[in-house]
Amino acid sequence: MDLTNKTRNAGTADGAGLETREMMLNIGPAHPAMHGIVRLVAKLEGELIKDVDVEIGYLHRGFEKMSENVDYNGVIPYTDRLNYVSPIINNVGYCMAVEKLIGISVPERCHYVRVILSEISRVSDHLTCVGATAMELGAFTVFLYLIKAREFLWELIESVVGARLTVTYCRVGGVKSDLPDDFAERCRAAFAETREAISESRGLVERNRIFTDRMEGTGVLSEADAIAYGITGPFLRASGASYDVRKDCPYAIYEQLDFDIPVGTKGDNMDRFLVRVEEMEQSMRIAEQALADLPPGPIMADPETGRAIPAAEMVDLAKVGDIPAISGGCAVTGPTLEGTGRANKASISTDEKRVTLPPKEDTYGNIEGLMRQFKLVMMGHGLRPPPGEVYFPVEGANGELGFYVVSDGSGRAYRVRVRPPCFAIMSALPKLLKGDMVADIVPTFGAVNMIGGELDR
Amino acid sequence: MDAGALIAFVTKRVPEAVASSHAWRGDATLVLRREHLIETARVLRDDAALAMNLLVDLTAVDYSTHGESPVPAFFSSSGVSTRTDSSIPDENPWPGPPLGAHFAVVYHFFSTTLTHRLRLVVPLAAADEEVDTVSAIWPAANWLEREAWDMFGIRFNGHPDPRRILMYEEFEGPPLRKDYPVNARQPLIGPEN
Repeated sequence: MDLTNKTRNAGTADGAGLETREMMLNIGPAHPAMHGIVRLVAKLEGELIKDVDVEIGYLHRGFEKMSENVDYNGVIPYTDRLNYVSPIINNVGYCMAVEKLIGISVPERCHYVRVILSEISRVSDHLTCVGATAMELGAFTVFLYLIKAREFLWELIESVVGARLTVTYCRVGGVKSDLPDDFAERCRAAFAETREAISESRGLVERNRIFTDRMEGTGVLSEADAIAYGITGPFLRASGASYDVRKDCPYAIYEQLDFDIPVGTKGDNMDRFLVRVEEMEQSMRIAEQALADLPPGPIMADPETGRAIPAAEMVDLAKVGDIPAISGGCAVTGPTLEGTGRANKASISTDEKRVTLPPKEDTYGNIEGLMRQFKLVMMGHGLRPPPGEVYFPVEGANGELGFYVVSDGSGRAYRVRVRPPCFAIMSALPKLLKGDMVADIVPTFGAVNMIGGELDR
Repeated sequence: MDAGALIAFVTKRVPEAVASSHAWRGDATLVLRREHLIETARVLRDDAALAMNLLVDLTAVDYSTHGESPVPAFFSSSGVSTRTDSSIPDENPWPGPPLGAHFAVVYHFFSTTLTHRLRLVVPLAAADEEVDTVSAIWPAANWLEREAWDMFGIRFNGHPDPRRILMYEEFEGPPLRKDYPVNARQPLIGPEN
C-alpha cells in the first residue's frame, strides 16, 4: 500500500479548485477499540476509508514451535491460550485431532461432557463479543449485563474444571474429571440468568435507532466474497451461507442433537450481531438436550467391595504396602481431584492403557497401575501415536477451528498447526472497511471478534 | 464424495499432476507435483463435481528431521495389537513424508456445497523452496502464504504482497524450520531515548 500523501485538485461546480489530500491514520496497536492488539494503517479521504493495511502478530507467542517441544498432553495448556474466551473448544479440537491420529474413541459420556462444556464456552464467547460490540457503540449497560451473565457461566465451568479461563480440561483420550453431582441444576440456573440478561440487552439495543443506524448497512460482505476469503462461522453465516462444522461435518454427538443454524441475509454488522445472539440460544438448547440425554455417570462405589476410602488414608496404606486393605476401593478426594477417581474413569476416559493415566487408586494400589503411570509420564516414554497426519475441524466460536497434527511416532508432536478462524476474517478486513467511514471501523471490527491469541498464536 | 472417490476423480482428471495419494484415517490426500499446482487448483475450484470453494488452510511442514527420533512407536505395526475404533479406517499405514522432500506445502480444501474435504501436499526439495501462488484463485491464500513465507521461508511466485505477517521485519530466519532453535531470543528493543 502506497502511504505517501497525494495531493489532488477537486473541482467544484463553480470552477474553484479545492485541494484535497489523503491522510494516513494509524489506529493501534494500543487502542481501546482494537480488541487485543492489532494495528490498522488507514488511508483516509476525509472520513472515507480508501485503503487499510492490517498489521497483526503482536501476540505471536510461538504456539506451533512450542508444541513440537512438549509431549502431546503438554500442548493442551497452550491450546487454552489460543481462543482464550472459549478455551474448552480449543482443548476439544486438539484432543479429538490426536485421538483421530491414534485411532481411539472416547466413551459416550465423555463426548456429552465435552459438548456441554463446549457449548457453554461458545455462549461465553458470544456474550463477550456481543457485549463488547455494543459497548463500543456506546451501550455500556449491555456490556455489563452480558459480562454478568458470563460470570455465571464461568462459575459453572470453575465448578467442573477448577479454572475459569485457562481450563486445560481435555486430555488425549478423555477429559480431566467428571461433572459434579449438582451440575445439571446449576447449569439450568445459569442458563436462566443468561437468557434473562440476553433478553434485557436485546430490548435495549435491537430497536435502538442509533444502534441500528450504525450497524445496518456497514461492513457488508457478500457470500461469495466471504467464502473466497476462507471465512467460516457466524461471520459467514451472517452473509448467507449455512456452513457449520457441527451440521456438515458432525463430530462428538452433534448428530444426535436437535438444533438450528441461524443464517443472515444481508451480510452487514447487524446480521452478525443477530446471528450471534441467536446462536447463544441454540447453544443453550444443545447443552440442555445433552444434559437430559447424558449417559449415566460414575458408579458410586466399587460393586465388589462397596468401599469409599478417604484419599489420604489410601495413600498412607499404599506407602506402607498394605495393598489388600485398599485394593478395589474408590477414593474420596478433595475438590482438586474430584471427579478423577476410579469410579469416574470408565465414563470419562478411554480405557486404552497406552493413552490415559490410571486412576490414582491404581497408581498407588497395584503394580500395573504404577507401571502404566510410569510409562505415560516419565521422560523418554509417554503417549506415542503412530506416524501420520490428520486434520480435524471443530466449530469454534469464530468459525472452523482445525488442528493439523503430524506425528513421527515419538512422544512429541512433529508439527501442530492450528487453523485460526479469525485469521481469515482479518484478512478480509481491508475489503470490509474500504468505502465505509472511519466510524464504521468500530462496529465492523467488533463484529469480527478478533481474538489476539487465536489470530497470532 | 468420500475419500476414495475424491482421490480417484482428481487423479483421473489431472493424471500427470498426482504423484501419489492416500486416505489415512479417512483424510483424502494427494501428493502433487509442483509444476501442476495451479492447474489442479483451478480444477478443484471450478469442476462442478468437486466445487472446492473454501481454502481452509495453507501451511507447510519441515520434514527434515522426520523419523529421526530413536524411540520406537508404541502403536507401530510391529505386531503390538492396538484396539482401534472400527469406524476409523486403518487398513494401510501412513506412507510417510513425501519422498525426499525437505518441505511440504499442505493445502486443505472444503466444499460448502458438497461438504467434502481434500488435502494437497506439494513436496519441495531443500534449496528450492518455491511454489506458485494460488491467491488469484482463492484470496484466502494471500495471508496464509505470507505466514508460510514468514514461518518457513517458502517463496510464492506471483504473490502480490510478500511480506512477513506475524514476525517483525528485522527478525532473522524462518522460525518454524527445524534448524531454528526453540530457545533462541531475538528481542525487539525500541529506540534509545
